[in-house]
Amino acid sequence: MSDPVIIVQEIGKKYRLGATIRHDTIRDVLANGLKSMFQRGQRSLSSEDTPQQGKKQRRRDRSDFWALQDVSFKVDQGEVVGIIGRNGSGKSTLLKIISEITEPTTGEARIRGRVGSLLEVGTGFHPELTGRENIFLNGAILGMSRTEIKQKFDQIVEFSEIGKFIDTPVKRYSSGMYVRLAFAVAAHLEPEILLIDEVLAVGDVRFQQKCIGKMGEVSNSGRTILFVSHNMDTILNLCSAVYVLDNGHISEKLDPQEGVRRYLNKDTNSLPLSEHPRFQISPGLPIIHDLSISDSRGRKNIVTSAGSVRFDITLRNLEALNGIACAIAITNQHHQRVVYFDTRHHANSFLKPCDTVLISCYVPSLPLIPGPYYIDIIVSDRNSVIERVEQAAQLEVVFADVFGTGRLPSHWQGHLVLLCEWKAEPKLISIL
Amino acid sequence: MKSHSNISERIIRPRKGIKIDFVELWRFRNLFIFLTWRDILIRYKQTVIGIFWAVLQPLLTMIVFTIIFSKLAKLPSNGAPYTVMTFAGLLPWQLFSNALARGSESVVGAGNMVRKIYFPRLIIPFSATLGALVDFLISFGILLILMVYYGVTFRIHLVLLPLFSLIAVFAALGASFWFSSLNVKYRDVKHITPFIIRMGIYISPVGFMSSVIPKKLQFWYSLNPMVGVIDGFRWAILGPQFEPYWPSFWISLIMVFLLLVSGAYYFSKFEKTFADVI
Repeated sequence: MSDPVIIVQEIGKKYRLGATIRHDTIRDVLANGLKSMFQRGQRSLSSEDTPQQGKKQRRRDRSDFWALQDVSFKVDQGEVVGIIGRNGSGKSTLLKIISEITEPTTGEARIRGRVGSLLEVGTGFHPELTGRENIFLNGAILGMSRTEIKQKFDQIVEFSEIGKFIDTPVKRYSSGMYVRLAFAVAAHLEPEILLIDEVLAVGDVRFQQKCIGKMGEVSNSGRTILFVSHNMDTILNLCSAVYVLDNGHISEKLDPQEGVRRYLNKDTNSLPLSEHPRFQISPGLPIIHDLSISDSRGRKNIVTSAGSVRFDITLRNLEALNGIACAIAITNQHHQRVVYFDTRHHANSFLKPCDTVLISCYVPSLPLIPGPYYIDIIVSDRNSVIERVEQAAQLEVVFADVFGTGRLPSHWQGHLVLLCEWKAEPKLISIL
Repeated sequence: MKSHSNISERIIRPRKGIKIDFVELWRFRNLFIFLTWRDILIRYKQTVIGIFWAVLQPLLTMIVFTIIFSKLAKLPSNGAPYTVMTFAGLLPWQLFSNALARGSESVVGAGNMVRKIYFPRLIIPFSATLGALVDFLISFGILLILMVYYGVTFRIHLVLLPLFSLIAVFAALGASFWFSSLNVKYRDVKHITPFIIRMGIYISPVGFMSSVIPKKLQFWYSLNPMVGVIDGFRWAILGPQFEPYWPSFWISLIMVFLLLVSGAYYFSKFEKTFADVI
């Protein structure tokens, strides 16, 4: 590969929590501003404070928060690099620093080439302006020159499927049209380095698929992509390398498989399952020893919507028990149980007493909508629960085109993706 | 795909000190032009009488002022038609107050852009204040009509008007730098600016002439940056009997300069934190 196009060295970003009027009154600011205007060298107001500010300084330190700390990495030309991490791990802050929206507190980054980003889809769109006017304006905001926009204008209009509404103010557009137009402009920007924050890429699944398709296209043309995502499937399909961000710290460069695995385990306990905290009816040796989750392709802790999954559970220290049952509960990110599998729901399913048991539960189709889920394991005897581990593992359900339309219910619409057939008289028509 | 060698490398690091990067501003001139253009385009969208508002506002103010100051308060007008005298004062004032009103709200109004893309933030108040020139040019047309109607001679000094207009814009720009950046953190500003604009018209020589100010108050009076501009305007339009009191004029001009420099300084000091605070 050629030279790195992004070199980030020991970048840190400090925020002041609750930066309200408590410490800086408007009078302070005016006074400081004037003072430092006449006394060069005495700095004020910015995120870094001078030691001479004494008490105020110490008071501030307590409310400081490092969104990023000592973040270093390199991206070579033509690479597609994924950055994964939980909400609040600093992903968006990192992209903001690389796109120069905000300034790092420490460290430096070197960027070679024009940076464009899909995190600003529709930025600067004005509702009163027509589609045509907004294309020019948005193009200018994204850094395109006038001639460049003129050249690409027809392509943009065609891509956006706006057609004859191009001279209508965008406030009269449907939200779908609005997003399509905005994306069309962004997609025709041709930066050497493309930053994508999927979290901010709003729109339905079809639109997101379009984003992803565009990314594939861009990476094939040899440009560099830095991609922030929650969607493990996309990461695995598109990225050649992955960095995991956790609480503002970045991992070393990882193979995508390894990165995803690490990310999924990070959120739950990093301890082996046998050492997880657990509920026990009477204190004793831990029974629930190990859990492994795999899909049909052998990927760990990942399953596609309506795809098959297998849970392998190892139980130990069962000698003293007179037959037990085992259950697996899947909870969503709001801690609601959405699925429950229990050996007792099946006939004669009590296990004989012995030292170690391997239980495997195969689910041919797990029709959950995409998102993060947690697995609880519950072991009971004939009467009651004797041991329970909550959040024994995390399971990431990723998008699959179950209906063949690229669309699925969203998490606010329900929990499940179930097949169904629609009929109507007269016939349903497709409007998209 | 461009080859690597002709791609400039950008270095991102915490900035030390204050520097207004004019090269960078020039690089973003395209965006500046588009933002100004957008401001002008949307100003009178979905209004019934559209651009006519730019005519109506100063015209009505002029009538009210003429009635109050000339007919009721019987202030002198050095023999010039009172209407023209008032209008000559109103023009730069309107330019200033429009520019200031737009300018001080500009950064917060562009919050979405500030949060999502990089560009030199100075562009925002800059393009907002310049947008006020459109209204000004229209009002200026009315002034010319009034001058013809009242038979005011067109003097060579009229060529100074662009210069005075520019100074009015600079005054508004300086104040906008201060207010727009303060507004990011302290939304109190949006209550302060309308107040300043409303009060300012009474302490600036809009409805009266600077010569009515008592000598001992002259210094304090001329700290108002708009005094010099308005006096200058009137002088250029109406002739020698309106010649400004020069010391006062220069003090006022120095105030404009100080406002502009300190504003730009404060703005560029604070701008790097806009995206975090807004």
